[in-house]
Amino acid sequence: MTWTWFHRLGSPPYVYALAARLTPWFAWPAALLIIGGLWGGLVLAPPDYQQGDGFRIIYVHAPSAWMSLMVYTTMAVAAAVGLIWRIKVAHAVAASCAPIGASFTFAALVTGALWGEPMWGTYWEWDPRLTSELILLFLYLGYMGLRAGLEDTQRSDRASAVLAVVGVVNVPIIHYSVTWWNSLHQAPSVMRLAKPTMAASMLVPLLMMLLGFTLFFGAVLLVRLRGEVLSRERSASWIREIVNV
Amino acid sequence: MSQFFEMGGYAAFVWPAYAVTLAAIVLNIVWARRALARSREEARRRLAVRGEGP
Repeated sequence: MTWTWFHRLGSPPYVYALAARLTPWFAWPAALLIIGGLWGGLVLAPPDYQQGDGFRIIYVHAPSAWMSLMVYTTMAVAAAVGLIWRIKVAHAVAASCAPIGASFTFAALVTGALWGEPMWGTYWEWDPRLTSELILLFLYLGYMGLRAGLEDTQRSDRASAVLAVVGVVNVPIIHYSVTWWNSLHQAPSVMRLAKPTMAASMLVPLLMMLLGFTLFFGAVLLVRLRGEVLSRERSASWIREIVNV
Repeated sequence: MSQFFEMGGYAAFVWPAYAVTLAAIVLNIVWARRALARSREEARRRLAVRGEGP
């Protein structure tokens, strides 16, 4: 077993080229899964026996909420790798994650509010799940603000990485908030160890959306990563070939 | 068809939720492409300043 593949992942020109080559392999399956999931969720799935057609918000709310947590975890792991092994590419991955995660955290909060009003009778409640998700948005925004505020890339990489790693404690808090405390929010119906509690006609479109959003994250991350890698390289000759293209 | 858009009376909640999420998807594509283009432009300028550029 050789470790060359791991070392190559620390090499900016290799990562830049690999990211460019991989992007369509994430983007196209993501597009197909999301379109299929929308069709299944909006048209094929039957109305819920309690929530009627209002339950269809799940097909955008759950994937957005999943993204908010999954992207943050990715960001924190990349930041930790960057801190521990001083790998520039890892910091570039972490920096690329933040705007993606922030936008989907915002979407999760808004779609949740739009679901809460008809079902719970309120757009917002200072409930454990809702409050911890709002804190997640502030963590993303704080991370981005910290990066924007520090001129030197190396310093902003390290400082923002510390924030990302410390903030990851919020991720299990969000996930388990509905079981640890009394919450308006329902408990997980898909992300659980036992069998999911949904009918297949409702569940399959949701799984398509979850996978589609995850692949979409991969595609956007790869595009952003190329920009971040490029901006970290000052003098390397491989850049000339890229900007000349 | 109009029955579909009425969403069983939940149209005022379902469609804005889908619109916000779709906006997040589209904006992520636009922002990511713009960020990459900006990095390439900056790299080009750096090389030009050093007299190595195109």
